[in-house]
Amino acid sequence: MNAKNEILGRIRRALADVPKLSPEEDVPVDWVHGQPLDTADILADLVEKIEDYKATVVQVGADEVAQAITDGLKAMGSQQAVLPDGLERDWVAAVEHAGVRVHRDEPPLSHTELNGIDTVVTTCAVAMADSGTIALDHGPGQGRRALTLLPDRHLVVVRADQVVSDVPEGLSRLAEAVADRRPITWISGGSATSDIELSRVEGVHGPRTLYVILAR
Amino acid sequence: MTTQRLTPAPPEGAWLGIPPFPKAVKTELENSTQRKNLRHATGTIRAKRAVRASEVHNWEELRTAGEQIKNRVGRHLDHYLEQAEAAMTAAGVHVHWARDGKEANEIVTRIAKEKAVDEVVKIKSMVTQETDLNEHLERNGIAAWETDLAELIVQLGHDLPSHILVPAIHRNRSEVRDIFTAEMGQYGKAAPEGISDDPPELTAAARAHLREKFLRAKMAVSGGNFIVAETGTLVIVESEGNGRMCLTLPETLVSVVGIEKIVPTFQDLEVFLKLLPRSSTGERMNPYTSMWTGVREGDGPQELHVVLVDNGRTDVLADPQGRAALRCIRCSACLNICPVYERAGGHAYGSPYPGPIGAILNPQLRGITSKVDQALPFASTLCGACNEVCPVRIPFTDILVQQRHRVATKKTSKHPTIEQGLMKAAGWVMGDGKHLASVQQGSKLAGRVFGKKWIGPMPVPLVDRWTQARDVEPPPTETFRDWWKRERGDR
Amino acid sequence: MTQSTITKTERAPGAGIRVALFATCITDTMKPSVPIATVKLLERLGCTVVFPKSQTCCGQIMANTGYFKETVSTVKNFVRSFGDEEYVVAPSGSCVASVRHQHEMIAEHAGDKELAADASSTAKRTYDISEFLVDVLGVTDVGAWFPHKVAYHPSCHGKRFIHLGDRPLQLLQAVGGLQLVDLPGADQCCGFGGTFSLKNSDMSVAMASDKARNVIDSGAEYVVGGDHACLMNIAGVLHRQRSGVKTIHLAEILASTQEEGAR
Repeated sequence: MNAKNEILGRIRRALADVPKLSPEEDVPVDWVHGQPLDTADILADLVEKIEDYKATVVQVGADEVAQAITDGLKAMGSQQAVLPDGLERDWVAAVEHAGVRVHRDEPPLSHTELNGIDTVVTTCAVAMADSGTIALDHGPGQGRRALTLLPDRHLVVVRADQVVSDVPEGLSRLAEAVADRRPITWISGGSATSDIELSRVEGVHGPRTLYVILAR
Repeated sequence: MTTQRLTPAPPEGAWLGIPPFPKAVKTELENSTQRKNLRHATGTIRAKRAVRASEVHNWEELRTAGEQIKNRVGRHLDHYLEQAEAAMTAAGVHVHWARDGKEANEIVTRIAKEKAVDEVVKIKSMVTQETDLNEHLERNGIAAWETDLAELIVQLGHDLPSHILVPAIHRNRSEVRDIFTAEMGQYGKAAPEGISDDPPELTAAARAHLREKFLRAKMAVSGGNFIVAETGTLVIVESEGNGRMCLTLPETLVSVVGIEKIVPTFQDLEVFLKLLPRSSTGERMNPYTSMWTGVREGDGPQELHVVLVDNGRTDVLADPQGRAALRCIRCSACLNICPVYERAGGHAYGSPYPGPIGAILNPQLRGITSKVDQALPFASTLCGACNEVCPVRIPFTDILVQQRHRVATKKTSKHPTIEQGLMKAAGWVMGDGKHLASVQQGSKLAGRVFGKKWIGPMPVPLVDRWTQARDVEPPPTETFRDWWKRERGDR
Repeated sequence: MTQSTITKTERAPGAGIRVALFATCITDTMKPSVPIATVKLLERLGCTVVFPKSQTCCGQIMANTGYFKETVSTVKNFVRSFGDEEYVVAPSGSCVASVRHQHEMIAEHAGDKELAADASSTAKRTYDISEFLVDVLGVTDVGAWFPHKVAYHPSCHGKRFIHLGDRPLQLLQAVGGLQLVDLPGADQCCGFGGTFSLKNSDMSVAMASDKARNVIDSGAEYVVGGDHACLMNIAGVLHRQRSGVKTIHLAEILASTQEEGAR
């Protein structure tokens, strides 16, 4: 017998006591999925929670994003930036305006090349206020996964209409991307570890600096 | 002839070199540095968990949802596994099934050989600790590099993990510095000359040491926190970004996952992604969560494998009480809260799964033929602290008592034991008030012998275990039932 | 300092209530002052206390060591002794937890459905003393007087298995003259654990020693608890270390009055 059939056989024998009902009938789940939190000011909550991870958040008007990108790159001391496809044109100009050398991922950059670039600028798919989480579905403006991983600084622009109160709503918004089999990356602050004496150190392998522009 | 090892050797005998819990504890308790490290670390994380749990207004409902969803999966595991396999296969994932650890290790090794790699990078994974994959790969000429900081400390330290989440919890910063200084250079980029024991500096050394391994790796091995049956999505939660490196950069990714790791729907993740980080690291959310649904052209590994591992899990499932242990999402809240774990550390449990979860899981996964596994259900005072923090409401103390019953039944199956004789005698005494009253004649006699003087150390077997550190108040010459008869008559 | 006093005539929240005392085997045999205090306290509050003489033990020592078959006679005896009582009260959160949490399971395991039903029903009428006072009699001020510095150790089974919550503290806070001090690490187990103290004696001693150190650090004259087994464990270490700190059961403090003189 192959391993699959043997394991399935073991499972069925082990569950001999379980009545032959559908999973939903057999074990009801008293939980309503997808519910929002009753948060008074969702944007303020997001800012507070992201800052709690020692990341930077700047809040600007929708028409001030380009200037905020220039300022952000200068503040982080960026020299080079990789820009995924799908970013707004004036944002690209803003990067150049900051005196930062622009790289495009076309043709795809090698890992070594990406590792030599210090900054990436992206959009996001959704942000979840309660946990201070920004989700990428690696669609337009976000690039493939390596782009937001190897550079040491990540500047991400979050639009106010992308912000939801909590994880359940966030997952609902990501359902389509999953159905399209797109990879998804959740980012809550910069990389961190508590592996030495449980004392938190910000910055390990992933981008050590997370810089968030919240466009209201 | 000695062969040069590719990776740092684990200690002689590894887990098999560790005696049963009561004896192993003796050594651990004498290690005052470790006790201090553990007290500090568990105390810190315990407090953080409590704060993060208290922030969630419906935390108890959330725990119940976690329990119910995991029960639904466990009780219909065949259905969900087949659904998950179909979804993953449709998304281009090669799905393998492994009856036991050996078969899982062989599958991973075979893939590595097909890819002609001589090294793999690894994300921290409990199931590959359980199957001892690294040593299997080593014997086959393939170096497995641990990339989680704590796992790296353990690997470079020729050590064994002592905690599910923070495997190097038993080490302090100066020990870590010594390990990095002595070992890093032998296996890659050395630690900087004169490195201090400052955690940020040590972390930076690990970043530099591992970065070259990430960039050249052709194959990665991971575990998996969740597999979504409905979509075939794999989920890994992590903090450092080493996971993302392994999941993104190599060409081939093999994920070794226990069969119980399924959740039915993508939306069900909302329950676990709220429960897990708060229970585990005491954060609102872990820094990184990666989800992938099959191969994405031009992004990440172009060849994906998933190995679904049984390795005793179906034995756990067969016990209607014990199967609740399969709900575990490996958060380690039960370890952090446990007063026994806090003092013993993880090694004394003789398994990568220490603490309360280890005490209920190992005897069920591995059986109770060894003395180590027979001792584990007794490695608890039944204080119940673990019951309260478990995000999926595993009834630890009930399962511990059930497993004790299993051990007692096995031990007495062939010959009666002294312990069984004592328990039978207790059963007789406590079966009737008259029996108890007659036994109390003995305690009263002892009371007359000792008078008012507290009893000190007594070199009597078993009794000395109590009196080694405690005096005993002498028994009274009049029991309560005597007093009642004298004062209240026959009422 | 004024003293709050409850006399039978003035205020008797227990008047007309019959209470069957479950003395528990350990205090019946080793520490009669605890059930005696329980009797005096309940009678002071107006209850009629009876002591079914056939009673013995809750059986947890056998059950928790894994000997289920050997526990059945004890469960049967408990049901025989208390099955007809409306209120069964014990000075022990742990024994009550065993009655509520294990008796039915032991009977089920033996395949005795009738005993399981009786055990479940009796368990619902079994209370720890602090629960009985606060929930059934509705009192927190029992008119006690105990002019000492006291630290409270919340025993695990009372706290986690029958959820006593802050009932013992409410009762202590109402005791005249009593000064409650914080016990560092109060939530942690004392390391007794029944046969754990013998099977894992080194760990048990390590835990008991830490508990004793915390008691001493609290600056209390007495450490009070609701379970004699835990107190016996802590007292053993405190006595060996000649610390001068004593252990005392909650019922003993609540039974103390100014007239009778505190201990």
